[in-house]
Amino acid sequence: MDERLWNILADSFPKLLRYGVEVTIPLTLLSFSLALVIAVIVALIQYANVKALRQVCRFYIWIIRGTPLLVQLYLVFYGLPSVGVVIDAFPAAVLVLGFNEGAYMAETMRGALESVSRGQMEAGYCVGMNYVQIMAHVVLPQAFRTAFPALGNSMIAMLKETSMAATITVMEMFRQAQVINGRVYESLALYGEVALIYLLFCTVLSWVQRLGEKRLATYGGNKP
Amino acid sequence: MMLEIKNVHKRFDKLEVLKGIDLDVNKGDVVAILGPSGSGKTTFLRCLNFLERADQGEMVFDGEQFDLHAASHADIARIRKKTAFVFQNYNLFLNKTVLQNVTLGLTVAGKMKKDQANEIALAALKRVGMADKQGSYPSQLSGGQQQRVAIARGLASNPEIIYFDEPTSALDPELIGEVLAVMRQLAEEGMTMLVVTHEMDFARHVSSKVLFMADGSVVESGPSREFFEHPRQERSREFIKSILEARK
Repeated sequence: MDERLWNILADSFPKLLRYGVEVTIPLTLLSFSLALVIAVIVALIQYANVKALRQVCRFYIWIIRGTPLLVQLYLVFYGLPSVGVVIDAFPAAVLVLGFNEGAYMAETMRGALESVSRGQMEAGYCVGMNYVQIMAHVVLPQAFRTAFPALGNSMIAMLKETSMAATITVMEMFRQAQVINGRVYESLALYGEVALIYLLFCTVLSWVQRLGEKRLATYGGNKP
Repeated sequence: MMLEIKNVHKRFDKLEVLKGIDLDVNKGDVVAILGPSGSGKTTFLRCLNFLERADQGEMVFDGEQFDLHAASHADIARIRKKTAFVFQNYNLFLNKTVLQNVTLGLTVAGKMKKDQANEIALAALKRVGMADKQGSYPSQLSGGQQQRVAIARGLASNPEIIYFDEPTSALDPELIGEVLAVMRQLAEEGMTMLVVTHEMDFARHVSSKVLFMADGSVVESGPSREFFEHPRQERSREFIKSILEARK
């Protein structure tokens, strides 16, 4: 490898990593938190079969799953200002990523909730708890355990999807790679480097995921 | 009279499962609810704790009258507080330890302090011989152990009556004995119990009363000894005979 290229890589690596840690990871965590809240609410509404709201939830999932993330980002960031709704790039990215992944995670959570045996609910009633108490102490914790691997996947997917925020001017890790590349014209090296950092992040995440799964497994399986 | 149940009707779509069931229970009674599969025994028991809503029926519990069809949420909560229910499949809370399974109702529904709840739970677990497993999760226990914990969970709320829905039917044969032993001990201590069961030895030797159902109606009810030794109805005689033959 020639010295110039080596210097470019050595020079850009800490910069990219910094944007990764300071922007990409916070963007992932914020969007994921939002997605999780949405997913739980949407799943609970469907699980409890709240008639009118259920239709709203199905509509939301239909729209989100039926349109590309990139188009959603453009609609919110470039489209909404024409009707007077102006959202800064970073919060717009959090909103779109959160609502997008939330739709998929809602289905994960719904499936997990439905997999909890009805007997758990009945036993809860019989020891005097009400619906909300049973959901909070018994059904939701079990559903989370079931959903954990799938939610972990969603988080990994989301970490990579944050790179799309570059298209709506969010200065995150991938955008930073583009900027540096604009100066030095070493696409293969720079995009290879940024890919490596994403890989590193995702590897750590899957490692954390596996650790979490192991811990959950030690306190009893989810057998019926 | 502690519990009077009158004229319970229940229908699932076109199928009439209960066609007017009556039952009187005195304090300390152990009532075995017997009958062939599909006779409505389990549905009847579930209606008493509102796990199923009866279409019609009355319940007088401790002198207080309730409509089994139209009872309010508050009434249901009040009745459930005085009762416990033991399921065929145990239904222990899978995400909770043995101890937490017993305390959860006390601390969450009863707003009891944790220390006090733990104390009561441990006492209940001792009664069923499961105190040494207090830190285990249900998945780490055998079926018999799970069912004993479920009974302890029921006992913890100090109920006036415990409903058992085929408590040994899901158990391997070698595990049935330990659960029946606990139930027998409760009966001897004077606990009022309603037990849907296929365990004829239990019905014959432990229960004080039998309610024999078939096709959603009561065929015969009365003291156990009388039922087994001098059944009045042809249907009862056939049932007892078939059970004795099946055992040979």
